[in-house]
Amino acid sequence: MTTTTTPGVLSFEDALARFDPTLGLEVHVELNTASKMFCSCATGFGAEPNTQVCPVCLGLPGAMPVVNATAVESAIRIGLALNCSIASWCRFARKNYFYPDMPKNFQTSQYDEPIAYDGFMDVDVDGETVRVEIERAHMEEDTGKSLHVGGATGRIHGADYSLVDYNRAGIPLIEIVTKPVRGTREQAPTVARAYVAQLRDLLLGLGVSDVRMEQGSLRCDVNLSLAPAGSDVLGTRTETKNVNSLRSVERAVRYEIGRQAAVLSAGAKVVQETRHWHEDTGITTSGREKSDAEDYRYFPEPDLVPIAPEREWVERLRAALPEPPREHRARLQRKWGFSDLEMRDTVGAGALGLVEETIAAGASPASARKWWLSEMARRANEQGVDLAELAVTPADVARVQALVDEGKVNDKLARQVFDGVLAGEGTPDEVVEKRGLAVVSDEGALSAAVDRAIEANPDVAAKIRDGKVAAAGALIGAVMKEMRGQADAGRVRELVLEKLS
Amino acid sequence: MSDLTRRTAAELADALAAGETTSVEVTQASLDRIAEVDSAVHAFLHVDADGALAAARAADQRRASGTAASALDGVPVAVKDVLATEGLPTTCGSRILEGWVPPYDATVVARLRAAGLPILGKTNMDEFAMGSSTEHSAYGPTHNPWDLGRIPGGSGGGSAAAVAAFEAPLAVGTDTGGSIRQPGAVTGTVGVKPTYGGVSRYGLVALANSLDQAGPVTRTVLDAALLHEVIGGHDPRDSTSIDRPLPALVEAARQGATGDVKGLRVGVVKELTGEGYQAGVQQRFDEAVRLLVDAGAEVVEVSCPTFVHALATYYLILPAEASSNLAKFDAMRYGLRVLPEGVEAPSAEEVMRATRDRGFGDEVKRRIIIGTYALSSGYYDAYYGQAQKVRTLVSRDFAAAFEQADVLLSPTAPTTAFKLGEKLDDPVAMYLNDLATIPANLAGVPGISVPSGLADEDGLPTGVQVLAPALADDRVYRVGAALETLLTDRWGGPLLDRAPALEGASA
Repeated sequence: MTTTTTPGVLSFEDALARFDPTLGLEVHVELNTASKMFCSCATGFGAEPNTQVCPVCLGLPGAMPVVNATAVESAIRIGLALNCSIASWCRFARKNYFYPDMPKNFQTSQYDEPIAYDGFMDVDVDGETVRVEIERAHMEEDTGKSLHVGGATGRIHGADYSLVDYNRAGIPLIEIVTKPVRGTREQAPTVARAYVAQLRDLLLGLGVSDVRMEQGSLRCDVNLSLAPAGSDVLGTRTETKNVNSLRSVERAVRYEIGRQAAVLSAGAKVVQETRHWHEDTGITTSGREKSDAEDYRYFPEPDLVPIAPEREWVERLRAALPEPPREHRARLQRKWGFSDLEMRDTVGAGALGLVEETIAAGASPASARKWWLSEMARRANEQGVDLAELAVTPADVARVQALVDEGKVNDKLARQVFDGVLAGEGTPDEVVEKRGLAVVSDEGALSAAVDRAIEANPDVAAKIRDGKVAAAGALIGAVMKEMRGQADAGRVRELVLEKLS
Repeated sequence: MSDLTRRTAAELADALAAGETTSVEVTQASLDRIAEVDSAVHAFLHVDADGALAAARAADQRRASGTAASALDGVPVAVKDVLATEGLPTTCGSRILEGWVPPYDATVVARLRAAGLPILGKTNMDEFAMGSSTEHSAYGPTHNPWDLGRIPGGSGGGSAAAVAAFEAPLAVGTDTGGSIRQPGAVTGTVGVKPTYGGVSRYGLVALANSLDQAGPVTRTVLDAALLHEVIGGHDPRDSTSIDRPLPALVEAARQGATGDVKGLRVGVVKELTGEGYQAGVQQRFDEAVRLLVDAGAEVVEVSCPTFVHALATYYLILPAEASSNLAKFDAMRYGLRVLPEGVEAPSAEEVMRATRDRGFGDEVKRRIIIGTYALSSGYYDAYYGQAQKVRTLVSRDFAAAFEQADVLLSPTAPTTAFKLGEKLDDPVAMYLNDLATIPANLAGVPGISVPSGLADEDGLPTGVQVLAPALADDRVYRVGAALETLLTDRWGGPLLDRAPALEGASA
């Protein structure tokens, strides 16, 4: 991947030789509150279109917003977890622009008075710590979702008609904006990924969001600009939207570095614009041009009263925060006995939470790590998805390991059990049952198979009788072959040695 | 004219309670009166005879079984067309909402229904409440019952005219810069703008959210208090609603009606009298003040210097908020949809543009343009930001004035009703109608307009405005009722008795 170039894209190495990338990440988090930001409509994902709506979130004439107190609490907790200052007094503001999926043609958001500001998160990347400074975290409402029907791209251009689902309109969002992240050089893509991964872990730990990138409950916009290497000035940035997996975050940063480097190297200027990320082709394409002159005519929302969280309450929320991810990781590493490298790989793969849950479900730390970082990582990579998106749960992994420990399946069969689980055939136990994957533990059948193997391989048998125990492997292999792998290799070995002693 | 339509709401409530009449009779009398005179007055945009009579029958059943829902159970009411009414068209006087039937009730409307008041229909108004004459209604102007060639005030001219023409005993209006009080003054009726936050705005199609208040439009101060107690009070669906009980308004109105104002300190606002006020208006105002003095009140002149900037401030804040509020009218979800001519397969943006071009009237467009400009980056501080600062100064002027006086008095409107069309081409002349009423909206304080007589030069009604500190709505009722008693005694009967009869032979 590092050296592939497509027309108009400089290789990553060439790009970095000439330019310094500056990153900025805007993450939108959908809160998992039971009701919307400004009304009591339900927020569940995947409901029939336009069934979770009311006069308020449809923006009907006369309807008025009322702030969801739980959303404010979540916003403050997120701000505190990101080491932010919490505003003692702040307001909502209207961001005015016309778009069909915005029921009021303004978004109720926050402008110059965010609920949380000036924080940071220390991100672990390849064993180093990179401090990502947080500019602000503010509250706002989500928009509806447009579906453009007809046309090739699914975009509004060329569509026959468009449908809008307002179920999402008014879902509470927290927008977390970093300050420009500079000096990360070749680590820029991994820093971006690690930041989002760690932010996701943090939000998960806070319990404020489902943080399902594939469902859009955590969405990332990547701002990127290049400056000539060693220069202090910031270049013109692009904002790449629709970056909806950790893998994509990394790829999008890498792609934009290469693309912008090509533009600049050709003596052209980077256009300040919104760009779309294409998961399938791994490229970004131009969206709407976004100039600084775009005027949202912000003003304080007159239908809402200011938010003035009491200091005492904020301190109570601070005191009740869960352990921060880094401390949490350090503690887990000690508890699990992982080496630094093992821990780093686990975190880097975005598997920390999964491993933790798998251990909680009964697996040993080593086995939990082994499954997620090898077998599952391979499958996620094949499918081009994040680990968390695989259709297998930590509980499934723990159960498969238990089956191995109980001798009901061996490692090879375990992989077939995962095949079945991923194919939607049911729980590990159901897959074992349906596919008939249980190890043959019938002593009679095994014993007979061993006898047949000895008979068929007299030379080998003689060697073993002579004390060359290492030769047992050939007989074990023959037995396993006959049993189509569904035998406990350890028990077969015991039987071979018993019979030839 | 049926005797029932001449009665006040309080009298009707008593008669209903005593079983002397029924809500069906009262409601039918109003409907008959509407049928008789509204083609000339045009106070209503929509009349819901079936709905009103069904509500009246239900009220009669409750009365018969001794389970009246409220003191006003069965007394019909008209509602300004800016309040959402489930199942009844709500147009805000605009083409852009033609045919829109809300799926929900405004809180004010829900409270009217819960209290058993049959809703006669929706009253005419300037488009989106922008105007002082009701001439900006997309559905044609309302005519002043005192002189059908003149304006009934605005934006709530429909509600005021309906009450003045005896089409309804009660009406609900909304007041952003005077839209309840100024129509009250020029039609010889009573109008109250409650303390901001005193009546829920949920379901009130916003003109300027930080200024809008719904309130009663009636023929007597007591009726206004009765209606205010029905529609007022905290509403969790309006975050700006005041979370504390209403003062005892009916009680205050009854106390005031004794005419006893001994010890009351009345402040006359220097900046809201004199120049710019029609001679007859000023004359009736001075007499009203003298009556209070004769009845034992103490009068002081107070100065509120920033009031001279109130109009300019108002015409920045209002358009700014309105420009954002009105963005939702885009043909995407409800209301008018206009396809641009000569465009094949128009985009959403093109449909929005064509619809807004056709659906909004000139005054609305004017204010959207002003407001958009005032909020633009680079201009925000100079216009909207500055206006908010002046607004704070207006509030401080009020606070200082209320240290010297319990209530403040001024003429409600600078002139009597002008002729239809007279000021239509001069927006600033139109805006000046609200000179005296706007400061109360900027500061959120309550105000009432009560009739002060007829101007000598044209024989048309004039009004006096009583303002009180925020939350002291009871004070405007007490003083308003005292003025009403003192003036009515002087006139020998209600001012509206002198309005021309509108009907033909049936008088």
